[in-house]
Amino acid sequence: MSSTTSPPVITTDKLTKRFGQFIAANELTFKVAKGEIFGFLGANGAGKTTAMRMLCGLLKPSSGKATIAGFDVYTQTEKIKRSIGYMSQKFSLYDDLTVSENIRFYAGIYGMSRPKIKEKTTQLLQELQLEKEAKTLVSELPLGWKQKLAFSVSIVHDPDIVFLDEPTGGVDPVTRRQFWDLIYHASDRGVTVFVTTHYMDEAEYCNRVSIMVDGVIAALDSPTRLKQQFGRDNMEDVFYELARKATRKGD
Amino acid sequence: MKQLITFIRKEFLHVFRDRKTLLMLFGLPIAQIVLFGFALSNEVKNSRIAVTDYSKDPVTTQLIDKISSSSYFNIQRNLTSATQIDAAFKKGDIRMAVIFPPNFSTDLTHTGKATIQVIADASDPNLATTITNYITRIVGDFNTTTALSAGQPLQILPEVQMLYNPELRGAPNFVPGVMALVLMLVCTMMTSVAIVKEKELGTMEILLVSPFKPIYIIISKLTPNLLISIVNLFVILILSALFLDLGVKGSIVLLVFDSMLFILTSLSIGLLLSINAKTQQSAMMASLMGMMLPTMLLTGFLFPIENMPWPMQVLANLVPSRWYFIIVKRVMLKGMGFGAVWKETLILAGMCFVLFAISLRKFKIRLQ
Amino acid sequence: MISLTHIKKTYPGRAKGKSSEGQVKALNDISFNVEKGELFGLIGPDGAGKTSLFRILTTLLLPDSGDATVDNHDIRKDYQKIRNCVGYMPGRFSLYQDLTVEENLNFFATVFGTTIKENYDLIKDIYQQIEPFKDRRAGKLSGGMKQKLALSCALIHKPSVLFLDEPTTGVDVVSRKEFWAMLKKLKQEGITILVSTPYMDEADLCDRIALIQKGDILSIDKPGNIVHSFPGELYAVHAADTHRLLQDVRSFPGTATCFAFGDSLHVTFKDSAAAGSNAPSGTASGSAGPQALLDYLHQKGHPDATVEKTEPTIEDCFIHLLKN
Repeated sequence: MSSTTSPPVITTDKLTKRFGQFIAANELTFKVAKGEIFGFLGANGAGKTTAMRMLCGLLKPSSGKATIAGFDVYTQTEKIKRSIGYMSQKFSLYDDLTVSENIRFYAGIYGMSRPKIKEKTTQLLQELQLEKEAKTLVSELPLGWKQKLAFSVSIVHDPDIVFLDEPTGGVDPVTRRQFWDLIYHASDRGVTVFVTTHYMDEAEYCNRVSIMVDGVIAALDSPTRLKQQFGRDNMEDVFYELARKATRKGD
Repeated sequence: MKQLITFIRKEFLHVFRDRKTLLMLFGLPIAQIVLFGFALSNEVKNSRIAVTDYSKDPVTTQLIDKISSSSYFNIQRNLTSATQIDAAFKKGDIRMAVIFPPNFSTDLTHTGKATIQVIADASDPNLATTITNYITRIVGDFNTTTALSAGQPLQILPEVQMLYNPELRGAPNFVPGVMALVLMLVCTMMTSVAIVKEKELGTMEILLVSPFKPIYIIISKLTPNLLISIVNLFVILILSALFLDLGVKGSIVLLVFDSMLFILTSLSIGLLLSINAKTQQSAMMASLMGMMLPTMLLTGFLFPIENMPWPMQVLANLVPSRWYFIIVKRVMLKGMGFGAVWKETLILAGMCFVLFAISLRKFKIRLQ
Repeated sequence: MISLTHIKKTYPGRAKGKSSEGQVKALNDISFNVEKGELFGLIGPDGAGKTSLFRILTTLLLPDSGDATVDNHDIRKDYQKIRNCVGYMPGRFSLYQDLTVEENLNFFATVFGTTIKENYDLIKDIYQQIEPFKDRRAGKLSGGMKQKLALSCALIHKPSVLFLDEPTTGVDVVSRKEFWAMLKKLKQEGITILVSTPYMDEADLCDRIALIQKGDILSIDKPGNIVHSFPGELYAVHAADTHRLLQDVRSFPGTATCFAFGDSLHVTFKDSAAAGSNAPSGTASGSAGPQALLDYLHQKGHPDATVEKTEPTIEDCFIHLLKN
């Protein structure tokens, strides 16, 4: 449940990124509360990836301000990286390492102590019902299990925020929903979830959704209010309504 | 610090789980030691030489005995005329000829001095220098350990003549070698990578599911590389002639014809390598590791083949560039014609045909 | 037009020594037909076997056992004939990245022994959208434009059958919609189209669909029929606090299945007799039905909760078939 009493976990103020003449992200201004599930939508080429990279501390903005978990995006990128988790569809785990090796590796990277790593590993394996597969190479796991494991590993160090880049692409409908159960659990524990997705029904699971078009945030509100605002029944139609006016056909 | 250790541990795991890389990491040094320690060496042994004795006296017999008993030399035949010697050099049957002139013994008895003629094939200048040094040492040794009379040391002086490359320049040896290497590498690498790139992109799938016959795919991939290689060939020849003073003594037509055969052979090898390679990277690695090393080591321009142990010589016979190297040296440096290289040309043509046929058959018309 | 009979395909695994371990069963005894002029959808997630099926039908892979024909040509014996008359769009829109749009199209036209002009009418609607970019290198196009170009290249020789392997994956929502509109138009030209997609909502746009998962076909029929075959009643449960609602509905004893579907939950009840009853809670038959759930939710602090019967979607059917 999103909290309104703690300070916002993400704040941006006219955050902009220019590549030469091209303005990839234009004066983005928004706040995300602690424990919120925030959907970050937009067509390909709308500027989503650029925005996410800036928020992760991977790309230096051209202008504007932003803080992630209270740390400044220009001067404290190392502290930001330690407070966030990241998972993308393309990469999350090492295929030629086993399940427990992957967990141990990522936990170790985040500087967790040995006893803590052990504790977390057991806990994760139990939660995901992967105890029997602890010594299996990740390459041999079915896609859905891989994705669920990747998500759990991305929050193994209990970060304040986790960034999910199209985490459920190509996964079967049942596993998709199990994945979102995991997201809900994380949100309940106070982890803020920043997720992008192409599945419009998943947009409905978010507390609030922003839609980027041509580098700008064209809409930002809860799914219910967005549907009211645009007079549509579902998020897909809302998205379509906004996206088809886009001039940028993407790269 | 702990994070560093965690990362390092992960890197070890990656390495040990990649069997192909492991093989290379541990296998390669061992292979190299074996190769360079035992098989390949700059030491020259068993060089084929000819000895011609016009004088036929006890001294010459003794000296010839000493020469033949040395492990450096392998006396090939007894040639009796200058034309025979010339022919033997041209064919590459001998590296050196030692000729005792008819007045050898009379000169020696009367003046205590005599000369012997030493002619060496200097198209490999290092080899020629080495073996002429050996002969000079052997003769010098003989001089000091044998006295004619009155305990005076003999003075038998070898007069050394370097054939084909009197200035002992390196170019006549390495230019043909470089030609073979460059053509081989370019053809195999470019061809294999071009075909695998199509597979990686996914466009190979579409090409296969079309009326476009697979043989046309092959021809299309080979043609640009063939043309580029011919251009490369001419560039190398022109540069050698201009800057290295190394022109083509023999027929250019013959040289180009044999070069095209060699290029086609290399292209076929590239084709073969592309069949099993899944990524451009592995195609390139296979071309480099699989072709460059054997070509460099077994062509004969860095390490003379006749000095290698017998199994390596057999292996060298399987490398196309070994035959091409002989052809180029004979045509370019020694100015010889088709009659001198027909055997090697035939071998090259045979290799080309066989490799092309195999790769055609193995070219996959399906994905798997 | 297309027929498959008992097609099986297994890929060898990476397990060393034991030959049957680590094997991937890509296709388990698949049989179905596609009629001429049909727009047939192959619906399933990654790893279901869609790509393997496409590769077998386009003769790029041989099945381990079973037969298949395309336009009455056998995939084993007459593969060249099949390759001459089909259009194929593999995943990742295989295009030549460093050739321009026009060069790509020209190349594929030539490979099929035709020219762009000859069949321009067929691709006109699609190509016109990317024509302004015809001198741009294919590598620099957006996902949506690549998709249109790849489709044009597959159509340029007026094939009788089109095989499209996940043409809408990785493409934005607008382009996806446009793409399916283009497919409908192509159908009118009498071209048989076999499309695969992981998106369940695209299933409704097809004439018939096959739901496929892990090498097995779960169901083949018209989308409408599949939906009708959903057993029992399906209810949509809605409340403002969706997250808590999910937990509460799951804890209700009468709930059989409960899955999130956007802003509502799709719920089935254990006792189908009770599900049809509207008796108030407290009575035996009503203690597990929709009314009972509604009361339960009100108690749990969802004053705005609603429970209404709803039409199942293809996704509901897929999930149901997966579980059984």
